[in-house]
Amino acid sequence: MTDKANGEVTQGETRGETRDLTHALPENDAVTHGGQESHLYNRDVQAWVRKAANRGIYDIRGMGAKRKVPHFDDLVFLTASASRYPLEGYRERCDTRTVLGARNAKRPLELDTPITIAGMSFGSLSANVKEALGRGASAVGTSTTTGDGGMTDEERRSSKMLVYQCLPSRYGFNPDDLRRADAVEVVIGQGAKPGGGGMLLGQKISERVASMRTLPAGIDQRSASRHPDWTGPDDLTIKIEELREITDWEIPVYVKIGATRVENDVKLAVKAGADVVVVDGMQGGTAATQDVYIEHAGIPTLAAVVQANAALEELDVKGEVQLVVSGGIRTGADVAKAIALGADAVSIGQAVLLALGCNDHVWYKDGKTPVSAVKDYEELGTKPGMCHHMQTGRCPVGITTQDPELEKRVDPEWGAKRVRNYLQVLNMEVATLARACGKSDVHHLEREDLVALTIESAAMAKVPLAGTDWIPGVTGF
Amino acid sequence: MEQEVRSRKALEWDLGESPVRELNNYLHHGLAEDGVEEVRVLKPDGAHHIAVGLDAPVKVEVMGNAGYYVGGMNKRAEITVHGSAGWSVAENIMSGVVRIEGYVSECAGASGHGGLVVIEKDASSRCGISMKGNDIVVGGDVGHFSAFMAQKGHLVVCGDAGDGLGDSLYEAVIYVRGRIKSLGADAQEEPMTEEDHATLADLLGRAGFDHDPGEFKRVASARKLYHWNSEHDQEY
Repeated sequence: MTDKANGEVTQGETRGETRDLTHALPENDAVTHGGQESHLYNRDVQAWVRKAANRGIYDIRGMGAKRKVPHFDDLVFLTASASRYPLEGYRERCDTRTVLGARNAKRPLELDTPITIAGMSFGSLSANVKEALGRGASAVGTSTTTGDGGMTDEERRSSKMLVYQCLPSRYGFNPDDLRRADAVEVVIGQGAKPGGGGMLLGQKISERVASMRTLPAGIDQRSASRHPDWTGPDDLTIKIEELREITDWEIPVYVKIGATRVENDVKLAVKAGADVVVVDGMQGGTAATQDVYIEHAGIPTLAAVVQANAALEELDVKGEVQLVVSGGIRTGADVAKAIALGADAVSIGQAVLLALGCNDHVWYKDGKTPVSAVKDYEELGTKPGMCHHMQTGRCPVGITTQDPELEKRVDPEWGAKRVRNYLQVLNMEVATLARACGKSDVHHLEREDLVALTIESAAMAKVPLAGTDWIPGVTGF
Repeated sequence: MEQEVRSRKALEWDLGESPVRELNNYLHHGLAEDGVEEVRVLKPDGAHHIAVGLDAPVKVEVMGNAGYYVGGMNKRAEITVHGSAGWSVAENIMSGVVRIEGYVSECAGASGHGGLVVIEKDASSRCGISMKGNDIVVGGDVGHFSAFMAQKGHLVVCGDAGDGLGDSLYEAVIYVRGRIKSLGADAQEEPMTEEDHATLADLLGRAGFDHDPGEFKRVASARKLYHWNSEHDQEY
């Protein structure tokens, strides 16, 4: 904005980042001087171009896609009325039990809820946060997942059921942790950056993180985008067998993909022997990657779940291979809609971090006393509610950090309770919607229970536009 | 030595009769009970996953060719393949020794954390990719992109190295006796130090080669990729 008194130009803020407005038109000048702001080259775009020209390097940030895309919000349930009757909302049993990985494993995961915690690394998150996630998840009978940095003793101890990720980097990957895992997840890709590798910038590579990853402390760590010991789907088949041999065929093997060519990829994962396929849509989060990846690669979770389900149906493995969907799952309604479209379970990352205080304006000293974090957000050039600076390691609320002082801002016990509460609410919401649809098991939710509010979501979800029998691309035209 | 061998309780396992899954299960759970210290695996016929996930001081002799992942994630065991092997020999090895008397395909010794991998003939591409502390000695040549993103440990190549050797290296060190077709990004040739000579002599000796360490070149990271945006003061 221009300071009218002296003509100096100050800094403005957009999307949580400090933006250089040095050359931007002052407000109202467009009208005064007969100009017109371009839609194509609006001031945001202009500022971005100038920033690129100034820095010579692209933006790195955390979180997932922020652009508006068709999502579960665009669907509503056709709950019961005269044509079918509901279950009594609070008293009648509605089962949320979920079994993952019974296809080949001797010990499938038996969860009390269809809601799981997604893979997030120690390194990107503090040890306190990993412990809180483990304890919170265990309290509601569900699983947590390691990340691109290996398994810590804290998270193994605190997690009743722990999924061990096998990532391209193989940081900290070892047979002892593999054998003490409850499942192993071969990560091919993730929704925020399908086709890309991970990244952990030097400021988050503490001595402990460096040691777990066998890297010098303080360097910028780039994770490979491709596995070191196999490449195509035929090799993946053999890799999965190796993991089973090492674990004596005891634990399930998941395969996680970032949502791009979903139907093909799910079919290949099933053929390769996956017990569970995890599909992560473009809204899925990350601790750090290129902004251009986050916003411009992959397809929305809504489209991905439908395509994944179609692939499982075509292969006739529904019920045999489970589908876990992630990427922008926030509420019980999201969970219920994902299940109705074919998911057996969902996986949550960003929203559990929000439950722990991510983007809140305060953190809680000793889990009790609120302390303002606004100044710390300002130092990052952002403000509460808009922060995506996980990559900096300077998390104002102590979640995505390795700083010994900052990480104290999450008390594990307080955090565990928040995670438990949040997951509990989601589970209750799913059951509430399922009962209202007349289902005694949340897994009985089906596509027929849904209609769409927009043409785009109707086409992607392959459900009728509300009030019509029109499914774009399926019925009529 | 002879006395030791005679007293060691040995077992012959015919893969034609009992498949790999049973073999691995036995190697994981049955050795201690039976007091077996040596297992000869007969008729491997290129089977995958032979002797994976071992965690015992057992000697395993594979009497023929092995498929993918032989000796994968090995701890403590000493595994010898009297033949050639497929992809990803001794991937993620933690300790012990995996020796292949013949040739191997891609990704030998990938992402290993410790232990020694010996390939007596040639290794294909991406040998030692992502290694994290293991040592690999190759008697012959290695293919392209070997030691890609290698973090720690040593890759010794007694023959020639293909294109892109040591691309994006971290702290692993490569020694090459023959020609290097090309170096990968951030890899550079450096003078051999006394420490290099000693390390190399030890590795060659343990692998059973008698080359003169003075014939080798050292390749290590130039460390120019360690800071992803070094020109911009960490402003990402």
